[in-house]
Amino acid sequence: MEKMSRVTTALGGSVLTGRTMHCHLDAPANAISVCRDAAQVVVAGRSIFKIYAIEEEQFVEKLNLRVGRKPSLNLSCADVVWHQMDENLLATAATNGVVVTWNLGRPSRNKQDQLFTEHKRTVNKVCFHPTEAHVLLSGSQDGFMKCFDLRRKDSVSTFSGQSESVRDVQFSIRDYFTFASTFENGNVQLWDIRRPDRCERMFTAHNGPVFCCDWHPEDRGWLATGGRDKMVKVWDMTTHRAKEVHCVQTIASVARVKWRPECRHHLATCSMMVDHNIYVWDVRRPFVPAAMFEEHRDVTTGIAWRHPHDPSFLLSGSKDSTLCQHLFRDASQPVERANPEGLCYGLFGDLAFAAKESLVATESGRKPYTGDRRHPIFFKRKLDPAEPFAGLASSALSVFEMEPGSGSMSWFVDTAERYALAGRPLAELCDHNAKVARELGRNQVAQTWTMLRIIYCSPGLVPATNLNHSVGKGSSCGLPLMNSFNLKDMAPGLGSETRLDRSKGDTRSDTVLLDSSATLITNEDNEETEGSDVPADYLLGDVEGEEDELYLLDPEHAHSEEPEYVLPQEAFPLRHEIVDTPPGPEHLQDKADSPHVSGSEADAASLVPMDSSFSLISVSHALYDSRLPPDFFSALVCDMLRFYAEQGDVQMAVSVLIVLGERVRKDIDEQTQEHWYTSYIDLLQRFCLWNVSNQVVKLSTSRAISCLNQASTTLHVNCSHCKRPMSSRGWICDRCHRCASMCAVCHHVVKGLFVWCQGCSHGGHLQHIMKWLEGSSHCPAGCGHLCEYS
Amino acid sequence: MHTLFADSFAALGRLDNITLVMVFHPQYLESFLKTQHYLLQMDGPLPLHYRHYIGIMAAARHQCSYLVNLHVNDFLHVGGDPKWLNGLENAPQKLQNLGELNKVLAHRPWLITKEHIEGLLKAEEHSWSLAELVHAVVLLTHYHSLASFTFGCGISPEIHCDGGHTFRPPSVSNYCFCDITNGNHSVDEMQVNSAGNVSVSDSFFEVEALMEKMRQLQECRDEEEASQEEMASRFEIEKRESMFVFSSDDEEATPARDVSRHFEDTSYGYKDFSRHGMHVPTFRVQDYCWEDHGYSLVNRLYPDVGQLIDEKFHIAYNLTYNTMAMHKDVDTSMLRRAIWNYIHCMFGIRYDDYDYGEINQLLDRSFKVYIKTVVCTPEKVTKRMYDSFWRQFKHSEKVHVNLLLIEARMQAELLYALRAITRYMT
Repeated sequence: MEKMSRVTTALGGSVLTGRTMHCHLDAPANAISVCRDAAQVVVAGRSIFKIYAIEEEQFVEKLNLRVGRKPSLNLSCADVVWHQMDENLLATAATNGVVVTWNLGRPSRNKQDQLFTEHKRTVNKVCFHPTEAHVLLSGSQDGFMKCFDLRRKDSVSTFSGQSESVRDVQFSIRDYFTFASTFENGNVQLWDIRRPDRCERMFTAHNGPVFCCDWHPEDRGWLATGGRDKMVKVWDMTTHRAKEVHCVQTIASVARVKWRPECRHHLATCSMMVDHNIYVWDVRRPFVPAAMFEEHRDVTTGIAWRHPHDPSFLLSGSKDSTLCQHLFRDASQPVERANPEGLCYGLFGDLAFAAKESLVATESGRKPYTGDRRHPIFFKRKLDPAEPFAGLASSALSVFEMEPGSGSMSWFVDTAERYALAGRPLAELCDHNAKVARELGRNQVAQTWTMLRIIYCSPGLVPATNLNHSVGKGSSCGLPLMNSFNLKDMAPGLGSETRLDRSKGDTRSDTVLLDSSATLITNEDNEETEGSDVPADYLLGDVEGEEDELYLLDPEHAHSEEPEYVLPQEAFPLRHEIVDTPPGPEHLQDKADSPHVSGSEADAASLVPMDSSFSLISVSHALYDSRLPPDFFSALVCDMLRFYAEQGDVQMAVSVLIVLGERVRKDIDEQTQEHWYTSYIDLLQRFCLWNVSNQVVKLSTSRAISCLNQASTTLHVNCSHCKRPMSSRGWICDRCHRCASMCAVCHHVVKGLFVWCQGCSHGGHLQHIMKWLEGSSHCPAGCGHLCEYS
Repeated sequence: MHTLFADSFAALGRLDNITLVMVFHPQYLESFLKTQHYLLQMDGPLPLHYRHYIGIMAAARHQCSYLVNLHVNDFLHVGGDPKWLNGLENAPQKLQNLGELNKVLAHRPWLITKEHIEGLLKAEEHSWSLAELVHAVVLLTHYHSLASFTFGCGISPEIHCDGGHTFRPPSVSNYCFCDITNGNHSVDEMQVNSAGNVSVSDSFFEVEALMEKMRQLQECRDEEEASQEEMASRFEIEKRESMFVFSSDDEEATPARDVSRHFEDTSYGYKDFSRHGMHVPTFRVQDYCWEDHGYSLVNRLYPDVGQLIDEKFHIAYNLTYNTMAMHKDVDTSMLRRAIWNYIHCMFGIRYDDYDYGEINQLLDRSFKVYIKTVVCTPEKVTKRMYDSFWRQFKHSEKVHVNLLLIEARMQAELLYALRAITRYMT
């Protein structure tokens, strides 16, 4: 579109021509107003009050009304208005509360006509009656509106808005006696000029001050209001109660609003802060402005359509000290830049896609969608064909149907629910997950899990497993004890064997995710030396010759024996207590022989997993032969994770990440990890798998992710008696003054942790209930329910 | 009142003396607590320990050991690094950058320019985001004015803090305790005791005279119309005069030992702008006011806070019980407006629609001294100043005055800071 285009409009004899142009003022403008003949504009501000003639190519200064040696505050204008009947008559509102009228017909240099000093505070707005020559209305910060008859020296009547500041007053264009006023507290009042005692109607239009209002020039009952809450609302005032018919949400508080002439649904707005543009909205399309003028560099303070019957010229004044004439044709139209595209999933996995026809048309060869494929959705609005909506009417809608079954994500849900991510040794986790995957028919994933197990629970570590195992056996009498007692207490009394066990348990607690079929050595590896080569090496040397058999034993043992080892996490002793653990090597030496017995016992059974995955053996052999440490594979594993993530199976990537924990974490950059985690959590939440997603959040090590669990942790409680929310305190109800949660054991109010039975809903202090249920299985409240505490 | 206390206790885990004094005006207190709670604990761009540290910085500018101690505890409680407390130079560079703004804002807010803002927003890796900056500015102004309140009402240290259990000359807060426990809000007898030698009749006339003046102003407002030049000059006169209003008794304030470490420039204090050769243009409220501009900016960058502060300003400005000392049914709006505008006048903020001659009529010298000291150099407030103005008025009314003072001060500082931010943005 060519800038600076010229528009000529014929309007009942007079002809308007012009182009987009601006001129520099000496000072920031506060308001502008146009003369009836659309050829002159008045600009008023704190230190400017001038009349400009609007010529074809430029603005020409015609008259400076700011005369006198020392400009008084009466000239510091907050608002200005030009009479629409009499082109010699102007009125200004001064910041010191004075209303001044000006008569351009006066022969002297000073055109000041009358001075009304009745308002005590700043006058925010003045307004002439649209048809009556002598009636002027003003609204002030002091909460009063005054009606002046210019033939008299003082006001005719005073309207009280009940102490709130008046921001705008506007005579209705159609109703002779009616005017609207807007207030700082969000109210809009409708007054009859003959009845100063009370307003006809009052309603709350906005949250916070209503800065402006404008009556629709044609539609009798429509009033547009703009407020600090960034909204423009259009009210239908013809009905008994003012009804909001349209609402436009802008991006900044609305300072002025003006209906566009000849366009029933268009209005122009400008903002008071932050945003410098002028927008023209179609109120029926409240999300994208129909046009946008971006000429100003500071906030726009005044806008006016040049002629009451010409929609193409807009004048504006701004804090950046410029006066602009905008041509509607030169406006930028955000609509043009927007790509009207929509994408939506249906309930059964259908995908609907709407786009501009031009974009879609190029792709051919698709089957039309049941008849009405070319469904122009934008036409649903039944647009007035005269309205210039550019390029929006032709959208194409395509619907893609899912093949039955293929869209099912049940595998995802099943997998998410059944995967084990932590709490067990690595090998076991891998096996478990492989099994889950296999059962769901995802063989590649299953294979991956198996391979991971082989890589990270490599044969080099096997002997130690056996060793551990034997240790477990050796001290088996001690183990049950350990489960029920706090280990700290028994530390001194136990022999070295138990201590060894404890050290094992301890490390496991440190690295919960770590495998723990594992081994003293891995443990120590984790504890003391970061690189795993050294211990692995000497281990392998140590047990050479038995590795095959031992390797085969490993999974089975892990499975059969592990439950004995697993201790409640909180019972683990602190790390410093195991300082005196005998160094690993000695133990190995000592115990090297013992595992054989148990090992061969389980021999036959342990072969079972073998037949399902032949690769197991070959890989393990290769592994053993080249004596590669697990670190060697980490690059490969990372690649594998990225592969899965790119395939869209972020579930796999995250699961492996969690299961392997420290082993691979350092090789993948934080951001990627975070990205995976968030995607996976998002997916889980879409499938309502809250528990799993929470588990994932908890297990993640990325800080940003674990933060997710800390946000919005407020729990709202309702009173158990009156069912009202207990707002102020969590334990006493404001209404019925009863304590809501009593402990069934001690009969006191529970103010902290409250645990209750989901069967009979009795409960109490966590400690009390725990203690009670140790001794009895019945509910402490005596209701006879058999409560369970787990 | 009870629920207010309960809420406050639930939110903070304590009931500080400020709350106990402010509860004279429960309506305001509620809004105050809500705002403070939001600023310190709810969603916001700054981490919790930053917020408390900024509070400490701001309070330290006025050597307000009471607030500093309170927030040192909170700061440590939310996991702040104790090393930072050894001085601003131990805090991260980002907070150090804020020091300059803090200083200017506290003492000469009219000097804030968009260069200050730019310096903070464009400091490479230590730069502030706009939202953070607005949060910080709100916190700074909040604590500057709260420091004013602390000194203005003579809040005594919390019992668990340094000096809390030592004997101090009675201040308002002590009275408050009595009042609350007795359930008796009239403190006239006590007032007489503490004022001691002031004859009752003397101070009685004081109130009468003030009321008479208010009545006169109300009546003759329309008749006596001052010329424009006179109006303009009245503002200048008041502005100029306000700097001579200073207390003659420069008593040594109790040195706050642990506060000084936050100072890097003790010499920087309130200076009257007209005294300094350099002419600072008058800030005209009609061009940049809180309701239209400040609110929009704050709410845009730090959602909901604009609303809360707006409410607080409104409540403080409109609070009245229509009483004056022993008189009932008095319209005090004129007096309140005079106080509010006088404070803004000291900061160079002018209302076009106000006749500054009214201030001279309504506020006598001792009161002006008090206002000026509380707002500009709160650390110099003495008990004597507190006692010597408005001798016949109740404590609750003096606390009311203090609320006006701190809110007006906060708004003035905010206006200057936000205007600078707006200028930076455009």
